[in-house]
Amino acid sequence: MTVANLVFYLIAMLAIVAALGVVTVPNVVHAALFLILSLLAVAGFYILLSNEFLAIAQVLIYAGAVATIIIFGLMLTRGTDLPTVSVGGQWPLALLASGAFGGAVAAAVIDSTWPRDVGEVTLVSISDLGAVLFKDWLLPFEIVSVVLLVALIGAIMISTQEGEA
Amino acid sequence: METAAEQIPLEHFLFAAGVLFSIGVYGVLSRRNAVLILMSVELMLNAVAVNFVAFAVYTDGALFRGLIFAVFVIIIAAAEVGLALGIILRVFRNRATANVDEVSQLKW
Repeated sequence: MTVANLVFYLIAMLAIVAALGVVTVPNVVHAALFLILSLLAVAGFYILLSNEFLAIAQVLIYAGAVATIIIFGLMLTRGTDLPTVSVGGQWPLALLASGAFGGAVAAAVIDSTWPRDVGEVTLVSISDLGAVLFKDWLLPFEIVSVVLLVALIGAIMISTQEGEA
Repeated sequence: METAAEQIPLEHFLFAAGVLFSIGVYGVLSRRNAVLILMSVELMLNAVAVNFVAFAVYTDGALFRGLIFAVFVIIIAAAEVGLALGIILRVFRNRATANVDEVSQLKW
C-alpha cells in the first residue's frame, strides 16, 4: 500500500464518519460541525485528484460560506421542536431505501470496467482551467452568474416580510 | 514521480462518493428538520461533484468537462442554500416551526 492510498483511506473514512454524524447526531449544531468536517474531507479528495482550484473553492464556498449560512439558519429557526425532533419515525424505511441505492451503486461500480490506464491522468493547472472556463464555457459561466444573482435577490425577497425594509 | 491520482484506482473514488450519496439520501428521508434536510442535500451534491471530478481526471484528458461541471455544481449549491434558507425562514415566521411534517397542506 502506497502513501497515497493510505491518505485516501484516511480521508474517505473521515468524510464518511463525519457524514454519518450529520445524519444521526441529535444535536443540530453538532450536525452542522460534522457537515463542515465532511466538506473539508471532500476538499482533500480534490487535492488527491490534483485539483487545487476545486479544493480551494470547496473550502471557501462550502466549508466557509454555505456552512455559515446553515448555522445562521439553525440559529434563526431555533424553536421548540429543534432539540427533540431530530430523526422522524420513518428512519427504517429511509435506511432501507438508502441501503438499496448504495448497494445498486456499488454493484454498478464493481460490474463496470473502468479505464485502468492510470498513466493517462492529466494534471490540471489553474491557468488551464481558467482558460477553458473563460473561452469554451463563457456563456454558461455568465448564465450561472445571473442565476446566482437572481437566487440571492429571491432569497432576500422571500425572507423579508411585507412592509419591512 | 507518480501523482497521487495515478496510484489510486478510479473505483475507490466512486465507492466513496456512492457511500456519501447514500448517507445523504438517508438523511433527507429520515431527518424531519428542514435545515438538517438541507445539510443532507449538501452531502449529496458534494458526492456528485466528487464523481464528476474523478471521471474528468481519469477519463477526460485535457477537456476539463467534469471539472467545469463540478464548478457549476458548487455555484448552484451556493444559490440553492441561500434560496432554501429564505424559504425555511419564511415558513418559520408564519408557522413557528422548521419541522417539515407540520407543513403538509399540499400533501394529498
